[in-house]
Amino acid sequence: MDVIEVSLKDRLGDFDLDVSFTVPAWGITALFGRSGSGKTTVLRAIAGLTHTDRGRVRINGETWQDDSRFLPAHRRPLGYVFQEASLFPHLSVLKNLQYGWRRVPATQRKIKLDSVIELLGIAPLLKRTTHSLSGGERQRVAIARALITSPKLLLMDEPLSALDHDAKQAILPYLETLHDELSIPSIYVSHDPNEVARLADQMILIDAGKVVASGMAADLLTRLDLPLAGYDNASALLEGTVIEHDPDHHLTWISMQTERLAVSREDLPVGRPARVEILARDVSLSLKKHSDTSIINILSVRVIGMQETNPGQIIVQLKLEDGQTLLSRITLRSARSLDLHEGMQLFAQVKAVALV
Amino acid sequence: MAFDWQPIWLTLKLASLTTLILLIVGTPIAWWLARTQAWYKQAVAAVVALPLVLPPTVLGFYLLIMLGPKGPIGTLTESLGLGTLPFTFPGLVFASVFYSMPFMVQPLQNSFESLGNRPLEVAATLGASPWDRFFTVVIPLARPGFLTAIVLSFAHTIGEFGVVLMIGGNIPGETKVLSIAIYDYVETLEYGQAHLLSAGMIGFAFIVLLTLYLINGRLHRSHQ
Repeated sequence: MDVIEVSLKDRLGDFDLDVSFTVPAWGITALFGRSGSGKTTVLRAIAGLTHTDRGRVRINGETWQDDSRFLPAHRRPLGYVFQEASLFPHLSVLKNLQYGWRRVPATQRKIKLDSVIELLGIAPLLKRTTHSLSGGERQRVAIARALITSPKLLLMDEPLSALDHDAKQAILPYLETLHDELSIPSIYVSHDPNEVARLADQMILIDAGKVVASGMAADLLTRLDLPLAGYDNASALLEGTVIEHDPDHHLTWISMQTERLAVSREDLPVGRPARVEILARDVSLSLKKHSDTSIINILSVRVIGMQETNPGQIIVQLKLEDGQTLLSRITLRSARSLDLHEGMQLFAQVKAVALV
Repeated sequence: MAFDWQPIWLTLKLASLTTLILLIVGTPIAWWLARTQAWYKQAVAAVVALPLVLPPTVLGFYLLIMLGPKGPIGTLTESLGLGTLPFTFPGLVFASVFYSMPFMVQPLQNSFESLGNRPLEVAATLGASPWDRFFTVVIPLARPGFLTAIVLSFAHTIGEFGVVLMIGGNIPGETKVLSIAIYDYVETLEYGQAHLLSAGMIGFAFIVLLTLYLINGRLHRSHQ
């Protein structure tokens, strides 16, 4: 059965770690929580780098750890990307890549050295020494080095957190490609909702050593009972299909059963699944469908929940006709003047849509 | 008067053998000291460092007793049919290993500690076993530490006097090393020979240390 089963218990500083989850072994699972919530410990324990008092780790039916068995880290077929790239300073970039590759039996090498080098765009760096690389380049090499071992599970511990904004934005597309091109299940530790929205399929929310919620990222991001919807950059994910391009206006149209959304033109084949992120603050509400507005994307929605997040601000949970969920953040004053209530039918005007 | 090369060869032989043994014995001790969280770690570290502060005669005295026919090691070596070690070259090597131990262990321990855990964890996640990690990550990254440890142990063994005097005596070809030879020449007022050996020692020590600092300085720069 293709699932990742993890169950860990330990004493951790001033709280108990007691984490247990089962997620499908595909795509990217975000392990999300504040710093100090225990997410790195969970990741390290899965890798066998940290011993927990009690632990059970099973990947696709293969037991890495239970009460009677503890496979040391070097015998677990996994890739690990640390927060800092941690390249070996005594080896060149190429030798760093080969370090893991050489230690994988030839019959288990499913991923080619060349294809990973190409995927992460590091061919020009191969002969360089590691200390001459920029932060973003280092992290790309570190990711490549982990991938080349053909891992059954890729573990990433906030791989972007040590990078500045530009380097982060430059590396995200590589992670997305990786997600699309390689079928390696990954667990991605993060405390950045934006990264989660862009990368994650599933999500495990963890706080003070406990799993608070787990499920599809799109569901968890918009749940009002979880802290994510209250974040300043709270967002929703919508899934659709590319249906046509409008070169004149430089737009790409994405269809979601009953609605369609325009995004800034992307070179994607028609028919391809697409995921868009819509920030709560970019969605305004209106009782009528205005045509006299600059806004292109107007969706018909129904209010299914409301909550005051900050004084004077309301986050509204909205359901599209196809069942997908959207968030809108408006002021308390607007909510009152619209007489907003659950079950109400209205229109969401979406100012910005980002293809992720 | 013919120059007597024997003490020089003997000294080099002693220093090389001692350094080699220390490399084999001292590396695991330094590794253990750098990684362990045992409560008695500092006690072991203190024992290793003792030769730094003790007069060599104290060390030599107790080694003499231990290696002697009534000492625990002496009894053992006799029962193995090896005789007793004092006033022999093997006895001298044995004593030198203790005497120069801190010069091997401390630089290694420092460089193992400064490595941190991360490179080892990375290597483990890339499939390297503990031995593999030691040879492919620890040794290359701790190279300046190894170089310092080897050079200091070698040089320090060459310069030992008190311990040799206590445990080795002054047997030409067996235990009469450089420092003893110099002492001998001075005793017998052969200042010319004493000068030759002493000045040679100063030059040798300077060149060794200078080379070490130059190499470590270059390694340090290339890692930045």
